Amino acid sequence: MKNNYDVVIIGGGPAGLAAAISAYETGASVLVVERDREVGGILNQCIHNGFGLHYFKEELTGPEYAGKFADKLSQTEADVLIDTMVLKIENAGDIKKVHCISTENGYQIIDAKSVVLCMGCRERTRGAIAIPGDRPAGVLTAGTAQRYVNIEGWMPGKRIVILGSGDIGLIMARRMTLEGAKVLACIELCPYSNGLTRNIVQCLDDFDIPLYLSHTITDIVGRQRVEKVVVSKVDENRMPIPGSEFEIECDTLLLSVGLIPENELTKGAGIELDRRTNGAFVYENMQTSVDGIFASGNVVHVHDLVDFVTAESTKAGKAAAEYALGKRVDSNDCITVNNGPGVNYTVPQRIRTSNLDKVVEVFFRTNAVRGASVIKVLSGDTVVGEYKRERMAPGEMEKIVLPAAKLKALSADITVSVESL
Amino acid sequence: MYDVLIIGCGIVGAATAFELSKYDLKVGVLERYNDVANGATKANSAILHAGFDPKPTTKMAPLNVKGVKLAKQICKDMSVEYRELPSLVLAFNERDLKHINVLYKRGLDNGVEGMKILTKEETLTLEPEVAPNVLGALYAPAAIVNPWGYALALAEVAVVNGVKLHLSCEVKAIEKCEDSTFEVTTTGGTFRSKYIVNAAGAFSENIHEMVGGTGFIQDNVCGQYYVLDKSEGKRVNSVIFQCPDERGKGVLVSPTVHGNLIVGPDAYRVNDGDAVATDKDTIHLLKARGMKSVPGINFREVIHEYAGVRPNTQIDDFIIEESPYCKNFVNLAGIKSPGLSAAPAIAIEAAEILASCGLAMNKKDSYETKRECIAFRHLSDEEKIEVIKKNPLYGHIICRCETVTEGEIVDAIHRPIVPRSIDAIKRRCNAGMGRCQGGFCSPKVHEILARELGCSMDDIIMDEDGSYILIGRTKEGIHYEK
Repeated sequence: MKNNYDVVIIGGGPAGLAAAISAYETGASVLVVERDREVGGILNQCIHNGFGLHYFKEELTGPEYAGKFADKLSQTEADVLIDTMVLKIENAGDIKKVHCISTENGYQIIDAKSVVLCMGCRERTRGAIAIPGDRPAGVLTAGTAQRYVNIEGWMPGKRIVILGSGDIGLIMARRMTLEGAKVLACIELCPYSNGLTRNIVQCLDDFDIPLYLSHTITDIVGRQRVEKVVVSKVDENRMPIPGSEFEIECDTLLLSVGLIPENELTKGAGIELDRRTNGAFVYENMQTSVDGIFASGNVVHVHDLVDFVTAESTKAGKAAAEYALGKRVDSNDCITVNNGPGVNYTVPQRIRTSNLDKVVEVFFRTNAVRGASVIKVLSGDTVVGEYKRERMAPGEMEKIVLPAAKLKALSADITVSVESL
Repeated sequence: MYDVLIIGCGIVGAATAFELSKYDLKVGVLERYNDVANGATKANSAILHAGFDPKPTTKMAPLNVKGVKLAKQICKDMSVEYRELPSLVLAFNERDLKHINVLYKRGLDNGVEGMKILTKEETLTLEPEVAPNVLGALYAPAAIVNPWGYALALAEVAVVNGVKLHLSCEVKAIEKCEDSTFEVTTTGGTFRSKYIVNAAGAFSENIHEMVGGTGFIQDNVCGQYYVLDKSEGKRVNSVIFQCPDERGKGVLVSPTVHGNLIVGPDAYRVNDGDAVATDKDTIHLLKARGMKSVPGINFREVIHEYAGVRPNTQIDDFIIEESPYCKNFVNLAGIKSPGLSAAPAIAIEAAEILASCGLAMNKKDSYETKRECIAFRHLSDEEKIEVIKKNPLYGHIICRCETVTEGEIVDAIHRPIVPRSIDAIKRRCNAGMGRCQGGFCSPKVHEILARELGCSMDDIIMDEDGSYILIGRTKEGIHYEK
């Protein structure tokens, strides 16, 4: 086992696997460091189908999607360390020192010419959204429940309420129902669901599970185990309306209330983070504010579809390999992508136009459910691009493709905004 | 037949058990929960106070000052997380300035060392994040501690020294027998003893009533707190108090020994000593009150809320005495703040009271005062290398947020007081205390507990008895409604 590589990839989920293959194909020596006992990340517990429609043009389950990349990686000379946790990344100029530990190899320090951060995200918890009430067993995140059911083969409850209509919550509504539990309700704070429309139809509607929009949970009752939850309607400011409360007797509350990129290593390495995405600021090639450290996938911004994680990580892996091999010199001419009205964030946040080949893809989310809308990209008064959409929602990530030629001609930053038509 | 039975194994019961374990005595501890430190001890401000707050005429004042001195050595000897840091009482107006001067004088009377009155500039130099409208502050040396770890360590060393800990034994009745010994009936069996120490926290009055005692009335006060992620943990490097105002005692902002930041408590009366639910109508009010001291706190980084009961009585002091209603029954009651600070001094006083009641107290030739416990996250890189070499399980991270290894969890399970729940592991190792709140690690901790205890996954509980996590295997769905 070597202790120096061109590219070290932190995390062997879908982002890490795609970045590794891409870095290897660009000619770099590659190591993937994975904390779990196998690669594939959270896809391994996503045994439902619907993955790969964009990338493979077929419907795969999570483990199948991950398996395709794991198989491909195993045919390369890239190394993989499993059951290995990265403790910190030291930025020693041209060399990044990756400190990691495992039972098998003890404490290791691995040198890398470049690093790709692919640590993914974690689920927002009860504590983060301050649901009041007792603190019994039976309150868990949808992803934790999914692990118990799909990986361990254990049932966490039989009368279930789900708070939040994110995709994992919707998927778990169906999953728990198929395992014989009764899913009593899905409660959503927003006046719309943050999940994909297809999941609302296939996971709630098909099983007659009621979805309460503009509602939230205002009390959890039960000393040892959840006995009931109190649900309240909320007003336009998302504050509970007194008198609107009703109770649901249940033994389990699953939370699907958002995902947060896991950037503790990123912070430790002194990389600049964007408050809007909770991920690193990235350039057009997924490099962070620190030279030689790249990031891709849910650690940068939370995606809806793994297919887009793969595409983004392929880009990051290639750029990390080129950096390590000295194949590129980055210029400093940089334009910032600003958020205009109707836009919550963009990725990338910064574009070095001289690095661009033909186009650059910009991803973002809008801040409200909209009908027919137009996305405008302006630089001062110059129109860089206009893109029409029939429908937009915060739950569905948007992608626009900007032509490099137009950006290279600009002298000022650009702003992306959305207007309802 | 025990010489002494201690009722309750919070910080006061545990400290008393440790103190009595130094003597040639048969000592038992009855704890109603399945683990120690599950009441007021696990949900408080985790501060070892300097001792300027209690009035000099109270028992609280000398015990506070003496207790924190003892705590320093105990925490060092027993691998309890402990950190010394300044405490500041901020003054924002003329009335506050008068108040901090009163506290300063009171501190001098109580024998507190190292206090100073800071000017506005000195306050802001020490703590640049404090609100710029501060006018000055009372400075005093203080410490923060892991409160449940402190109680656990004391209880564990007591057990090593021969004290018998009886968990899940809630006291239901106490009978004084003809030979003037006690028979104590609990949910986990009946016990006999010559002396009783009542360290039942928020339930001390109930226990006292069982022997016909009266004279103090439990008047418990609940307080809520926010816990913020480590990203906010360095916002301040002192415990920041406020002066009391029309809304009450003021809210504190403090780092924790785990590297987080806490903001709290508020205060409201509760009848139920178990009332530790957080309240939606009031908890958010803490934000503005905390930001009065430290405006820059980023409450987006909140990871947890908790509420704790302070075992208050109508008497503005600790109640530490042989009950006037029952011989050989010693009350350690009303141990509200600064109870955590005073605990080891309270324990010594309890031993003295027992001796004055006629208990023969002979010191053992030798007893344990130390306890070693590895916290991987606190080790240097070199120490980490060594510890993994010795035990490769220390190379396997289970809790990624708090960097807790399998080695620590397995070690904790095989210590003298056996943890049997996910939260018992959390209290011992910190797994699940971090920003993901056990989302990733709890199924793994669950598996390790079942493996090491030799039981099934569905035997493992979250915390208290009855807090089951799993209802059975998958594919058994059609049987659920039977």
